Amino acid sequence: MASKVVSFTLNGRETEVMVKPLTTLQVVLREQLGHTATKTGCRQGGCGSCTVLLNGEPVLSCLLPAEDVAGQQVTTLEGLTPIDGLHPVQRAFFDHYAVQCGYCSPGMILTTKALLDRNPTPSREEIVEAISGNICRCTGYTAIIEAVEAAAQALKGGQNGR
Amino acid sequence: MGANVLEKAAEKKYRVVGQSVPRRDGMGHVTGTTKFVGDVHYPGMLHLKMVRSPVPHAKINGIDFSEAEKVPGFVRVLTHRDVPKNIYTILCLIGVGPDDEPVLAVDKVRYQGEPIAAILAETEEAALEAVAKVKLDLEELPAVFDVEEALKPGAPIVADTGVNYFIYEGHHCRRVRYGDVEAGFAQADFIVEETYNTKPIEHAPTETTGCVAKPEADGRVTVHTNTQALYFSLDNTALILQVPFQKLHFVGGTVGGGFGGKVDVITEPITTLAAMKTGRPVKFIYSRAEEMQVSSPRSAWRLKYKDGVMKDGRIVARQITSYADAGAYNRHTPYAVTKHAANVAGPYTIPNVHIDAHCVFTNHTPGSAFRGFGVTMASFAIELQMDKIAATVGLDPWTIRFINAYRNGDVRPHRKVAEDVTFIETMQAAAKLAGHELPEHLLAMNSWDRNGGQHD
Amino acid sequence: MGVNMTKVRGQGMAAINYPTGMNLGGDPSQALIHASTTGNFIISLSSTDLGQGLKTVIAQIGAETLGVPFDTVIIDTADTDTGPHCMGTFASRATHRVGNAVMMAANEAKKALLDVAADELEASPDDLELDGNGSIVVKGVPDRSISVIDTALAAHFKHGKTIAGRGIYMKPKSKVDPLTGEMDPDSTEAHACTVAEVEVDTETGEVKVLSLKSAYEVGQQVNPALVEGQIVGGALMGIGHALYETTNPYYPAIDHGPLNFSDYLMPGPAELPEMESVVLEFPSSNGPYGVKGVGEMTANCPIPAIVNAINNALGVRITTLPVTPEVVLRALEEKAAQA
Ligand code: FES
Ligand code: FES
Repeated sequence: MASKVVSFTLNGRETEVMVKPLTTLQVVLREQLGHTATKTGCRQGGCGSCTVLLNGEPVLSCLLPAEDVAGQQVTTLEGLTPIDGLHPVQRAFFDHYAVQCGYCSPGMILTTKALLDRNPTPSREEIVEAISGNICRCTGYTAIIEAVEAAAQALKGGQNGR
Repeated sequence: MGANVLEKAAEKKYRVVGQSVPRRDGMGHVTGTTKFVGDVHYPGMLHLKMVRSPVPHAKINGIDFSEAEKVPGFVRVLTHRDVPKNIYTILCLIGVGPDDEPVLAVDKVRYQGEPIAAILAETEEAALEAVAKVKLDLEELPAVFDVEEALKPGAPIVADTGVNYFIYEGHHCRRVRYGDVEAGFAQADFIVEETYNTKPIEHAPTETTGCVAKPEADGRVTVHTNTQALYFSLDNTALILQVPFQKLHFVGGTVGGGFGGKVDVITEPITTLAAMKTGRPVKFIYSRAEEMQVSSPRSAWRLKYKDGVMKDGRIVARQITSYADAGAYNRHTPYAVTKHAANVAGPYTIPNVHIDAHCVFTNHTPGSAFRGFGVTMASFAIELQMDKIAATVGLDPWTIRFINAYRNGDVRPHRKVAEDVTFIETMQAAAKLAGHELPEHLLAMNSWDRNGGQHD
Repeated sequence: MGVNMTKVRGQGMAAINYPTGMNLGGDPSQALIHASTTGNFIISLSSTDLGQGLKTVIAQIGAETLGVPFDTVIIDTADTDTGPHCMGTFASRATHRVGNAVMMAANEAKKALLDVAADELEASPDDLELDGNGSIVVKGVPDRSISVIDTALAAHFKHGKTIAGRGIYMKPKSKVDPLTGEMDPDSTEAHACTVAEVEVDTETGEVKVLSLKSAYEVGQQVNPALVEGQIVGGALMGIGHALYETTNPYYPAIDHGPLNFSDYLMPGPAELPEMESVVLEFPSSNGPYGVKGVGEMTANCPIPAIVNAINNALGVRITTLPVTPEVVLRALEEKAAQA
């Protein structure tokens, strides 16, 4: 099987990459495109550290063949960060000490962004449900849940960072 | 004096200390721009993967790399012959010995997953494919997995010293002897015995262990690593590779979770060697499966308690025999057992204490450091034992702990006089928080004055 | 326990001590500080941040001792070409050891700074103080002052002097008497006490931790939010250790070892109990500003408190970890057999 060119929109920019068959989106993003905010905690689909948004929905980039994103919208944490400062979800994670080692943070933040896009006023149970595929070994999740709640409040208040 | 300390705490006036200022690295973390080891990429970088033992104990009769060498992208293999000082022990830096662990297995493997050879290839896939094609000719040996079985005569011998235990200055265990434990038992109204067992536990940091080594133009090697201890890694690497210390430049300080799992110096020596042998940057990052089964876990422990207790709840004698399952090699366990021995009698003042703490070698994955080094599982056992004593004597769990609580000025079994002790105050605060009403006489106690709570 | 009730509740407590520092000492750490001509102070280390927040608390200790604004203290770690030796981040030692080294270095740098400022202000160094906002003032004479930046510039361009400091903290290595175990195994002692409430399903053997209420005595806190982070993160790890986690489920046998996060079970956000803690601060005698340490101890107290609560709920005496549903059901069977 030969490599082929895959075109997709990465963080709002048209992107073309030469992809070997079966290469995951994670590897293409990190190793070919230098987007290292997408992490590699397990490469087995078990930790959520590699979460990116595909057309706004969270997906595990370690399980996704890169060819499958042809013609679609991919958002990584690099694409969420505004030029001047932080997205309200990032701000909430920063303010609420929801990051310790920071390794789970990119995946957590993108998962949160997707949750709040589809459900701007999630209950605590809905937050727990949404982040349950993202492992954090450091924080004990409490600060993360608080940050998600704060982000929901901030976004409701109209400081929509999108 | 307790009151004075409290007042001093209230008086202090600091500008920044005591303030919840934002994290210094927080912006990097929330924007995903913090650079972790796995994010380091160099053009022309090679990937290292290990050939590992599929069995827990075996003689190596031969290794056939011929098929592996044919994999497109295969670059070279490293075996024990390539490692200048192949047998090492990490804590040689603080005088722990003897060296016992091979960087790459020589003629034997002693645990499942033990590294036998390192494969270098142009891509990770090629490295993995080549690893899968290495043929091992192994002759399985009887293995031993239980700590007490390992100490019996005739047990399969794991360690090259010929005995399955670490030798502490000529002794088969780390001993603590304080008072006369037999006299204590004779005097006691009750004898309370129990055995506690735990299993190995994984640190599970979200970032796995690893490093990237890059040869520099001036002949030095830069090593990016997620070690918890930069100089520990540098010093051990230099000793294993027998290179002058100034050849190595270690960069790190940012770790995606450690919990003790990243103080083993396990990827740096071989990766640095690979970079020196090939003249190319080399990356070696554990897979999640390696992190779970090959990287050191928290050791399993077995702890046997025998306590002599008076009717009024005072513990007058405590005898502990404990076993840490070090797995196949030293790593940090001999030192953990010493810390364990210092703490395993608990935060209680007991006049007669007798401790034999063993560091036992088995055919398990070597254990190592883990948040609470030698103490976490001691605390588990002690605090279950305290409940058992309370039930035996007919007291509630709080009272038994207050009665025996250690205080400032008490002599501990290791003979250091206790300082900075606030055990009683901490229990009082927890009881209050939990809404548990303590009786007056326990509320009146403090850690500074044995004769009751009244002081000015 | 009613016949139809499959869920029973119990309460348990545990209390612990935890020693700070590599147990036998002999684990030094160094710090170097220098002021640049921009008035910033750079603290060079080779110490590691595992996520606990070392880079933050060390900057706090440095700023406090120097008497300069927090933002002007820059932490440069970890690089063996620029950072002096540090034994490493483990043994709850980093804030204690590195913090002490930074205090020592900061005091030396501050003295150098005040000497130059004294020349500039024509005052005695003893009469000067740092206001924490970037100025050095003559005590009681607020209008006689000079900024830290101007002092740093004057030191370099006018006086030809460095503003720098060196610091080290070392607890001498203790020997262990091999016969008696006499040794000096700690620098200071932190403490914790936890009350746990659990609910056990006697049908399935599943345990749910309902609440953890804890007191922690950790000496002076440098950054309470980061201490809280250790407490909560450690408590959840403690729940994991108590109920789920092992790499060898059939230990001592080695089969069925988990290789991924679906098989290695850890508590997730759904397993979070109600958690409340109080932190007591009794300053230690030898930590920087009375610090003790909190990194490692936070899983240690919840584990026995939870198992004691399970035993209390069921009227059994489980003595192994982890307390999986199988362990619970076996304990209940044994209890029934004895009755
Ligand atoms: S790296 Fe994709 S889920 Fe862990
Ligand atoms: S902050 Fe370390 S894993 Fe979440």
